[in-house]
Amino acid sequence: MKYTLSVLVENHPGVLSKVSGLFSRRGFNIDSLAVGITEDSSISRMTIVADGDEYIVEQLEKQLNKVIPVIKVRTYAEGEYISRELSLIKVNCPAKQRLDIMKIAELMGAKIVDVSVNTMTLQFADTLERFETLTDLLKPYGIREIVRTGTVAIEKDSSISRK
Amino acid sequence: MISGAEIMVKCLQEEGVSIVFGYPGAVICPFFDYLYRTDIKAVLVRQEQNAAHSASGYARALSKVGVCVATSGPGALNLITGIATAYMDSIPLICITGQVRSDVLGRDVFQEADITGACESFVKHSYLVKNTADLPRIFKEAFHIASTGRPGPVLIDVPVDIQQGEIEEFVYPEKINIIGYKPSVHGHPMQIRRALEMISESKRPVICAGGGVLTSGAKPKLREFSQKTGIPVVTTMMGIGAMPTDDPLYVGMLGSHGKKEANLAVHHSDLVILCGARVGDRAVTSPDQVVEHANVIHIDIDPAEIGKNMKTSIPIVGDMKNVLGQILKDINYTAPAEWREQITTWKAEFSKEPERFEGFVEPKSFVAKLSSMLKPKAIMCADVGQNQIWCANNYRIRDGRFFTSGGMGTMGYSVPAAVGAKLARPNRDVVAVCGDGSFQMSLNELATIAQQNLNIKIIVMRNTVLGMVHELQDVHYGSRYSITELDDVPDFVRLAQAYGIEAAYASSNEEAEQYAKAMLKSDKPFVLVCNVHPKTSSR
Repeated sequence: MKYTLSVLVENHPGVLSKVSGLFSRRGFNIDSLAVGITEDSSISRMTIVADGDEYIVEQLEKQLNKVIPVIKVRTYAEGEYISRELSLIKVNCPAKQRLDIMKIAELMGAKIVDVSVNTMTLQFADTLERFETLTDLLKPYGIREIVRTGTVAIEKDSSISRK
Repeated sequence: MISGAEIMVKCLQEEGVSIVFGYPGAVICPFFDYLYRTDIKAVLVRQEQNAAHSASGYARALSKVGVCVATSGPGALNLITGIATAYMDSIPLICITGQVRSDVLGRDVFQEADITGACESFVKHSYLVKNTADLPRIFKEAFHIASTGRPGPVLIDVPVDIQQGEIEEFVYPEKINIIGYKPSVHGHPMQIRRALEMISESKRPVICAGGGVLTSGAKPKLREFSQKTGIPVVTTMMGIGAMPTDDPLYVGMLGSHGKKEANLAVHHSDLVILCGARVGDRAVTSPDQVVEHANVIHIDIDPAEIGKNMKTSIPIVGDMKNVLGQILKDINYTAPAEWREQITTWKAEFSKEPERFEGFVEPKSFVAKLSSMLKPKAIMCADVGQNQIWCANNYRIRDGRFFTSGGMGTMGYSVPAAVGAKLARPNRDVVAVCGDGSFQMSLNELATIAQQNLNIKIIVMRNTVLGMVHELQDVHYGSRYSITELDDVPDFVRLAQAYGIEAAYASSNEEAEQYAKAMLKSDKPFVLVCNVHPKTSSR
């Protein structure tokens, strides 16, 4: 099962390697890890998506809490957070297919950020599921390159479920 | 103006440090140069790893932070095994390393090593100092982190230009503010209540005491808990000394190398109360089997240890002394007499006379005999290998301490640890027991012992093999003794004498006891070499 952990850390050099090292040396697999400073510039937030069972996630939380510059660890439960991932997708695009891909982009809410004679690059910020839908739609044209930031997540204040 | 080196020394003074163990080098010179002008004693070890082990022995003997210092590159790298050994056994250390100039960091200059990176997975925390002005805060934090919560080593890597840099004035911070570090020390009252209930319903409870009992100074409380309730106590290797061996409620060390009666007690119990024990694989080989028939109350200061290796019914996070105090306040329970009788029966049933070989010292009975010859508060440092098991199971501890590398199993620990222990507690008997293998891993410290004129007694169990693995090869590898034979063992007596240390060779228990008696009368260091038969088993 996939778990999304939100980890507040002190914004010091070396913290990232402490946290990522902890995962690797205990044999935990990370799907993605995204870091950025928060509203307080001395604090960063890491959003980690990890694969594992309940035991692994409990251990992860506890081990993360032991890292001195880690301030707070939260594992989000299903439905209590909103998550997004930013991706840049470069797809084959000769002139005659330009319109088709533009339509897909419009349909999915992706932004066209670069066009060349033979390629088009889309910027897409959405959930993992919608990312997969978009790439499925683009595959037939030939995807050249994908760059992803990894998931970021924030706690929801409303009780309305909206993906 | 004040230099970084002077600040570092002043910080040590502020923390009440009176001894550091170390080895010099170019980029730690500014620090040692300033240290030289103070009354802090600097003990020169003969290899950096031993600086960490000595600091560990010192820290354990005094229940305060031990300090070791090394230079950059190879000096720092040699510390690593010592740091990792301390980390596994939760020993508070401050490890100071010199580092190359900060403006050339990362350029692979002479004696440069990324020591904070290399040590990441076995320090509690580490610092690479970038500004001289940060030194006071970093030292304050480092000592706090090392000594509170679950103790452990903290590394401070200080580039030489930071030591040479100057700031206006030295102010040692009074307060510490680390937002992510607030260890909880009191057990949750609700959990204590649940634990009391569970204890009151148990028929065959057993206490398993680990190193945490000794670290938190909870020894008297543990004994009170056991005596008040009649609950028998087993210990892990790190917990040896939490109960006197002769206490009727003490069963022994558990685990794959422990006493049968201790393992039986755990496997027949219906409630295991884990006190500051992390349930390492050597202590409890099959935790899943235990939880099939027993509830588990796990008390530990480190929440990450609870549930890590054994399923827990009631977790209690807190300092052992506090939690046991909380439990003792309200407990009203006596363990059923049949259970206690069962334990006594087992204890009698499994005590046996070890096999003797003509012309050799029988180490188990000698260790038992030796313990009765020492003062009650003696400190016994056991090394790693068969000698460790002989000591753990046969040393009859009273009010003293038992130091060994429990978690990491680092050979060569006992002699340097004894150096630290003796400097910490000059009035106590300090004995190191090692094998001929482990002795050869740190016998260079004989030079330190001679130089410092330390009254340490070293017992070398000379069986001419690397006994633990040799035994393993007998059991699992068809007695193919691949690189475990120490043929042509050096003459340790003459070797010790070469260092100016008196020594003797014993080939029977009577002889060994005679020498032991004589050596304990003298206030000089002594090496007693006991000729042990290579087939003497660890059990």
